[in-house]
Amino acid sequence: MMDRKGLQRWFDRKGWSNLLIGVPYVWLLFFFLLPFLIVIAMSVATKTATAPPISFGGDYPLVNLQGYARAVTDTLYFRAFITSLVSAGIATALCLLIGYPMALGLTRVSKSWRNILLMLVILPFWTSFLLRVYAWMGLMGRSSWFNVGLTKIWNAIVPQGWAVDFMPMMHSNFAVVLVMVYTYLPFMILPLYASLERLDPALDEAALDLGSRPWQVFLDVTLPQSIPGIVAGGMLVFIPAAGELVIPTLVGDAASPMIGRVISDQFSAARDWPMASAIAVVLLVLMVGPAVIYGHFQAKAEGSK
Amino acid sequence: MAAAGEPFLRIENISKFFGPFQAVRNVTLSINKGEIFSLLGGSGCGKTTLLRMLAGFEEPSSGKIFLDGRDMTGVAPWDRPVHMMFQSYALFPHMSVEKNVGYGLKHENMAAGQKAARVREMLELVQLLPYATRKPHQISGGQRQRVALARALARQPKLLLLDEPLAALDKKLRERTQFELMSIQQRTGVTFIVVTHDQEEAMTLSDRIAVMDRGEVRQVGSPGEVYEFPNSKFVAGFIGSITSFPATIVERQAEQLRLSVPALGGEVMARDVPGLAEGQEATLAIRPEKLLISKERPEGANAFQGTVKDLAYFGKDSLYRVVLPSGALVQAHAVNARRGGEGSRAAGWDDRVWISFAPSSAIVLAG
Repeated sequence: MMDRKGLQRWFDRKGWSNLLIGVPYVWLLFFFLLPFLIVIAMSVATKTATAPPISFGGDYPLVNLQGYARAVTDTLYFRAFITSLVSAGIATALCLLIGYPMALGLTRVSKSWRNILLMLVILPFWTSFLLRVYAWMGLMGRSSWFNVGLTKIWNAIVPQGWAVDFMPMMHSNFAVVLVMVYTYLPFMILPLYASLERLDPALDEAALDLGSRPWQVFLDVTLPQSIPGIVAGGMLVFIPAAGELVIPTLVGDAASPMIGRVISDQFSAARDWPMASAIAVVLLVLMVGPAVIYGHFQAKAEGSK
Repeated sequence: MAAAGEPFLRIENISKFFGPFQAVRNVTLSINKGEIFSLLGGSGCGKTTLLRMLAGFEEPSSGKIFLDGRDMTGVAPWDRPVHMMFQSYALFPHMSVEKNVGYGLKHENMAAGQKAARVREMLELVQLLPYATRKPHQISGGQRQRVALARALARQPKLLLLDEPLAALDKKLRERTQFELMSIQQRTGVTFIVVTHDQEEAMTLSDRIAVMDRGEVRQVGSPGEVYEFPNSKFVAGFIGSITSFPATIVERQAEQLRLSVPALGGEVMARDVPGLAEGQEATLAIRPEKLLISKERPEGANAFQGTVKDLAYFGKDSLYRVVLPSGALVQAHAVNARRGGEGSRAAGWDDRVWISFAPSSAIVLAG
């Protein structure tokens, strides 16, 4: 039992710092770990016609792994996983290809320009995300100036037989990837910029001085040192993109849904909470697994330095 | 190869503008093969800009650079046989020491075994062979400096540029490294151009020094020449400490000048300087270590009486600040040759003393 004096001493020594450090952990405990445990519990429950539509124990098995069994065997789910991972992968790669030159450019312009351009990168966040997706839906629609213009260009450059009346952009995985690239690009640019901005410009000069041409300097000096930024940006894009629900729902192809949409459908329309939870857990393992492995090797590399 | 009589490196009337600001003004220098040449000056004097033009990072606004007879105008940094040791060393943090040293060699047409041998040779030269596989952040500052040196020397440049090579090292290490740099320069025979703001560093390292101020070269000469025979008040004041007084030239006679120096309260004899006329205003400057301090009146000219106002004991020597009847202050250094603490000093506080100097020690500068 701690008396008043003991409590006072604890506060004087490191009580406040412990409290401050503790707050985020408490937050994570209540808003991440606990909900996650509930999802895991639901994933092993059995679907019932009650409200809530799940039960364990009693008449039902305590642990029912049917959801997991279906998640890994049913081709519908397998295809949804593949569609999600491939779309997210393509979107991440495109974000990297578009974002890297932009981030590098940001480090090479004057301070005043840099602030303006950084502002422009963040500016889209000031408009509602939904509004921006709807704007893209308008652009991709068959009668929009964007679609008409693209169709004209396409018809002008391809042989007669390939001519089209309009570009079939909406309700396709192409549309999903396009909008995801647009939406997630800042999440790639900002961590890349943060890691590139820290690099010492003298290193580039040293490599030039030792006989490397600018492209060799990029490959030898800039690129290897920006790998942490590439990984951070890649994870920030890939993880939310793989679980994305809104974009595929609005612009995607209903015939080949992404996994986020499947989870949503299972929860709401099908009222199969155990199935939805099982898919969510599998998705989480697919996402977190590689991140943990990377973190492990990163820590090992740091340790050996 | 350079023609006979042509200097190894010729900097011809180089100027550099950054917008309206002129960083380097009409600099012309000739540097010999195998020389350690220092560009000495305060910050913003243009020395670093000049170095960067030699490396190819900046193009001169006007003027030309010839290295070994070849015009370097428009030659990219990666095509120049000139390597630089950066002030921050600029070691590649993701590469080991040996990878850093071997980096330039990847552009050489050499067999892998030859390259490895060259890296080994360089690491031996700077005594870092046991550290070959370490990363730059796993070695000390002094070791990093040597890696940077080895990396810059690995491709056998014609010219090595060193930007403040010792600035990041502590005092003890700096002294040792100075001698190491000189010995490595002698062994490799590479021409060194050193940029520094530290006059002591320039004095000990260099064969010749160019003193720069506001983009201009004020004086070029051996360390002895710029120290003992500065050509201007700026150079005299920049290199070493000095006490100076306004003076008027009274008479030139027998290769000597007779000056009237009101602050000293009398006339001074000094070594003749060409280009000065009788009646001209001039400056008399004396280095503290050239001033002798004594209780009795010394023989010869240039002796003045004053009172010791301040003295500072540094161990190996003492600094005296002597007030003259005119109110002027002079500084005199005296070596503490005899052991025995306070009692053995030439003078104490408030003592009446004589200060004197040889006519050849007095520096007379125009203006």
